Amino acid sequence: MAETMKLHYTVDGDDFTRAGETSSKVKKTLNQLGFAPGVVKKVAIAMYEGEINMVIHANGGTIDVDISPEEIVIIMQDVGPGIPDIEKAMQEGFSTADHSVRELGFGAGMGLPNMKRYSDEMTIDTEVGKGTCVKLVVKAKE
Amino acid sequence: MTVKEIAKELNLKFYTCEDVAHRKEAHGCYIGDLLSFAMSKVEMNNVWITIQTNLNIVAVATLSEAACIIITDGCVPDKLTIDKANEQEMIILGGEISAYEAAVKLAQLGI
Repeated sequence: MAETMKLHYTVDGDDFTRAGETSSKVKKTLNQLGFAPGVVKKVAIAMYEGEINMVIHANGGTIDVDISPEEIVIIMQDVGPGIPDIEKAMQEGFSTADHSVRELGFGAGMGLPNMKRYSDEMTIDTEVGKGTCVKLVVKAKE
Repeated sequence: MTVKEIAKELNLKFYTCEDVAHRKEAHGCYIGDLLSFAMSKVEMNNVWITIQTNLNIVAVATLSEAACIIITDGCVPDKLTIDKANEQEMIILGGEISAYEAAVKLAQLGI
């Protein structure tokens, strides 16, 4: 694979029935392309957390994935409420998810921390009232 | 040990995919109900024990490549979960057994 493969997905807001589908598709593609299992798992976890965040907090959004032999770049963009305090949101255990979401097993406050843990680079660009863009880079070499 | 054998030994009911259980090997186990923890802790071919029944457990188990999900304490997966699991070929087992009892038995079986 010499060139970058570009994938684009739309995540529906409030649709828990389809949450995880994008991560599954990307995982399948990476497996087919022969990426190491550890790399694929990192992408799958980081993307799944991002997808869930988009469904829970932001009424959906878009995900762009650029796959090259060196790295996988994931850009998740939403037009949700934005993150008022990123430092707080990055703390394990901190969550603003409501009770109904917690009952489903979400809202453990591990979303952003997991995204950071399972990526090699993470940048968050957010503005309250406008939305959030999270960029994740996962290196292809373990 | 296969998931089919585990189901028999623990006296569990198949909610999905019984037909593939004889060729699904399981090693190791994770117990937990918070999906973000399960997502990062469940290893490939693990048995995942939980009381969560909503369909997001299927996405987590599939992405983690779990061998199967065991739903304990008599909790029953809803139809959406069962449909999704069948679609993704994820085995869901369940019964009245507690997570502790299930884990003890799995350990005794060498899982």
